[in-house]
Amino acid sequence: MKTYILVFCMLCLGVMSCKQDTKQVTGVNEVSKQSEEISDMSIYNLPSTWTNQNGKDIQLKDLKGDVLVMVMIYTTCKAACPRLVADMRNIEKQLPESTKGKVNMIFVSIDPETDTPERLKAFAKENFMDEEPWTFLRSSEQNTREFAAVLAVKYKEISPMDFSHSNIISVFNAAGELVFQQEGLGVNSDATIQNIEKAVSEM
Amino acid sequence: MFKKTYILFGIAFLLQTVVFGQTNKDMLHIQGGSYIPLYGRDSVLVKVNDFFMDKLPVTNQQYVDFVKQYPEWQKSKVKRLFADEMYLINWKNDTILNHTERLESPITYVSWFAASKYCECQGKRLPTVDEWEYVAMADEELADARVKKTYNEKILSWYEAPRTNTYEVGRNPENFWGVKDLHGLVWEWTSDFNSILITGESRKDVDKDTNLFCGSAAVGATDLMNYAAFMRYAFRGSITARYNIKNLGFRCVQDMPIE
Repeated sequence: MKTYILVFCMLCLGVMSCKQDTKQVTGVNEVSKQSEEISDMSIYNLPSTWTNQNGKDIQLKDLKGDVLVMVMIYTTCKAACPRLVADMRNIEKQLPESTKGKVNMIFVSIDPETDTPERLKAFAKENFMDEEPWTFLRSSEQNTREFAAVLAVKYKEISPMDFSHSNIISVFNAAGELVFQQEGLGVNSDATIQNIEKAVSEM
Repeated sequence: MFKKTYILFGIAFLLQTVVFGQTNKDMLHIQGGSYIPLYGRDSVLVKVNDFFMDKLPVTNQQYVDFVKQYPEWQKSKVKRLFADEMYLINWKNDTILNHTERLESPITYVSWFAASKYCECQGKRLPTVDEWEYVAMADEELADARVKKTYNEKILSWYEAPRTNTYEVGRNPENFWGVKDLHGLVWEWTSDFNSILITGESRKDVDKDTNLFCGSAAVGATDLMNYAAFMRYAFRGSITARYNIKNLGFRCVQDMPIE
């Protein structure tokens, strides 16, 4: 009997990998049909699972309800990322009091191999960001590639410790739709802040 | 008892190979190796592991079968996040192509998300840029034919030929590995196409990699002869994952089973 179960399991394994995903996708479909809350262009359609700096697994749709400000970085980065972190900090500082508690500032790692939850935690502490509204996320290489594709962020590993990447800060409204992207380092963030405020006011 | 177990395992394995693998017939074993791509890590050797590659690009017929099985990828149902309005624009409806299209032509007007999902549902994946370029540097005789004058000329003459996307798959000769149509039919999606940073933006806001800065990209390229590859990299750098393009299709690859 055991043998049959084993054989059955073996067969199942072959079929499961994709089916599981479709289940998830249809699951998302159902949700959007029922509540009509997840729109076609929402990143909450992505079924990927992410881990935050506290080791907690989340799906993107768990972030629903806040305005999201996202940037892709890696913690061993010496050149652009510290400036991107500074840009994020500046944006957060300039946000009016009325938006506090409604905006989630998120760093997504493009180097999930190095950036373990522990590493992200340490990085958050170093930068005094281990508190709200800051979140640090990592996932599998495949999910990271997919997320970068959604953001139109390009990145490439140059050496085990070094990536080249585009510097884009993205703003998502409460429905998870991309509403604005700031490109470049140390650029004027006024338009980004305006768009965050607008997204908050539409909540 | 043990004998029975072995036989059962054997049958299960065979079934799996027949149903999911198809590696023997439709996929070819690509022996890994090292090569210098047009843009590598600072133009050093890139290592490619052994893998299996589809002999042919995915056809319209195969994609019809796919959307029948996974309706969420039909043209009226696909999420706009995953494909813009051009998705399957040459289809009459969710499961039928326009009468001008041929079932044995390569599927095009598919987004990166759709192509990725298709491969995933076959138990496969899209090739990386490095894998694709590694196989594509072969001609009929050599694994690396990039030094040959005719290699470049052939590919460039195809780039000049119009409407090759309407041809049927499999009409080009097998390359060194037995793979067909990498050149001469349609361009193909790669899993990490968004690792190419030679776009407008790379001039202003990409850090570090001077290799990929627009002006110095041409100078930094390791193989100035390979103008065709240069065009491919430039194309990859210019598209985003939601795009569906007339002459852009895909094929899948599979990792070697871990022994």
